Amino acid sequence: MRPTRRSLVRLSNIDKRFGNGVLALQGLNLEIGEHEFLSLLGPSGCGKSTALRLIAELGEPTSGSIDWMGRDERSSVHEIGFVFQEPTLMPWANVFDNVYLPLRLKHISRSKAEPDVESSLAMVGLTGFEKSYPRELSGGMKMRVSIARALVTRPRILLMDEPFAALDEITRLKLNNDLMDLWHRQSWTVVFVTHSVYESVYLSSRIAVMTTRPGRVMAEHRVNMPYPRTEDYRTSGLYNDYCRNVSRSLARAMGEEEA
Amino acid sequence: MSEEAPRQRDRSERIERWARVILPATIGTLTLVAWDLVVRINQIPHFILPGPLLVAQSLWNDWGTLLPALLVTLRITFSALAVAVIGGVGLAILFAQSKWVEISFFPYAVVLQVTPIIAIAPLILIYVDNTHVALLICAWIVAFFPILSNTTLGLNSADHNLVNLFQLYGASRWQMLRYLRIPAAMPYFLGGLRIAGGLSLIGSVVAEFAAGTAGQGSGLAFRILEAGYRLNIPRMFAALVLISVTGILIFMFFTLLSHLALRRWHESAVKREN
Ligand SMILES: Nc1ncnc2c1ncn2[C@@H]1O[C@H](COP(=O)(O)OP(=O)(O)OP(=O)(O)O)[C@@H](O)[C@H]1O
Ligand SMILES: [Mg+2]
Repeated sequence: MRPTRRSLVRLSNIDKRFGNGVLALQGLNLEIGEHEFLSLLGPSGCGKSTALRLIAELGEPTSGSIDWMGRDERSSVHEIGFVFQEPTLMPWANVFDNVYLPLRLKHISRSKAEPDVESSLAMVGLTGFEKSYPRELSGGMKMRVSIARALVTRPRILLMDEPFAALDEITRLKLNNDLMDLWHRQSWTVVFVTHSVYESVYLSSRIAVMTTRPGRVMAEHRVNMPYPRTEDYRTSGLYNDYCRNVSRSLARAMGEEEA
Repeated sequence: MSEEAPRQRDRSERIERWARVILPATIGTLTLVAWDLVVRINQIPHFILPGPLLVAQSLWNDWGTLLPALLVTLRITFSALAVAVIGGVGLAILFAQSKWVEISFFPYAVVLQVTPIIAIAPLILIYVDNTHVALLICAWIVAFFPILSNTTLGLNSADHNLVNLFQLYGASRWQMLRYLRIPAAMPYFLGGLRIAGGLSLIGSVVAEFAAGTAGQGSGLAFRILEAGYRLNIPRMFAALVLISVTGILIFMFFTLLSHLALRRWHESAVKREN
């Protein structure tokens, strides 16, 4: 395991109440370390997406603070890559233009951006599909375009909101491995929202378990297993032990709020 | 069996394609024949109901007066449509910039829409000296609203997550408009344009009627009125046919335009292979 060297962003005592009165988060504390693969695990509706959006500065917390370390906040925004639960592509633009978008918004010319777009497409294995339109792609391919778009700015932190939830198991496993591989090679920080215990144990170096709404982090698990992880890991007894522990703590996190 | 299925589907598709042409054409021909028979058998005089052949003949003979009239009507129609597009899209973009502007002005756009054009045309003709400009204004009033309301709807219909994505990358207002809201609004705008094209023709014809023979207008409606006074019913019909055909052509033109603009991506224009 790569040791967590220093903390990148810290969320302290976050409350988030929406305009309609729903209290989505209450007293959320979370620290994200540089280069770690952190999974945010919790039941549906517990505020995972809300927390992720707050980190991306899409919306403000009602109270509490989000502190970025060692960088001024404004520039940090451009170093975030965000992958939504849905592919969220522009249907009128082809694959190239969809991936080019973040650079275009930063006024980088098409010819100057081309190498970055190409290398980012290569990372997700979509070289040759530049001219295709989203409707001509399968669900898994659309998701990969969406990931390529998040990677094109070379973000230091990648926020992913259940990116593979809508995919079939085979594609999901494949993309899991691809993502883990990329992360391992590129030394990014990944925050990965999921409600799958198995997925989180397979991928992450650390798992934060959230309670039911109003959500907060109730338990954290470190997964001390070296990368690259393979199918052997997924069938090992150690993997099962981790899954059991995380499942228990998830059950506790859900039970506590209901009691 | 499994190899037969696609061939069978191909065949039924081909049949449907032909049916789309043949069936309406047959209905049209039958109607014309029936019309002709009714006129002949009952010996209806020409100044009450001319037969289709006579209408065609008068279309041919009066082409010299009808064509310039058609051009006049077309000029008003398309200039009104152009102004409606510029005004409608411009205002819609303004609305998209600020909720307050939209709240302030949208009700008045609705007032323009719900007031029957035939009721305000005489007023406009009184206040505006230049008949041509008055006709233009009338046609514009009818064509303007579908463009405004459709484009406004379209500009606001961009996917919320995409809006968030643009915010995340610090997109300016202009970039948001240029790369997100305008493309998202295209299908809506083109739908509005298709309706507005037909409406601006109707608007200009109605306004010409209101202007009547008093105006120095010489569009198709003016020719219809004139022919009416002279009891030249075949020519009335010929002018009517010309207006209808023009309307259909305008509609088809914008349908094609919309198809070409959207065929790469929008559900309405995409031919899906299953
Ligand atoms: N824009 C909003 N306005 C009002 N309430 C909201 C809004 N967004 C989310 N909520 C509410 O906040 C709560 C948390 O929502 P959130 O989307 O963060 O859950 P989640 O953990 O991501 O769930 P899921 O796993 O189903 O995606 C939910 O009860 C939801 O109804
Ligand atoms: Mg969610």
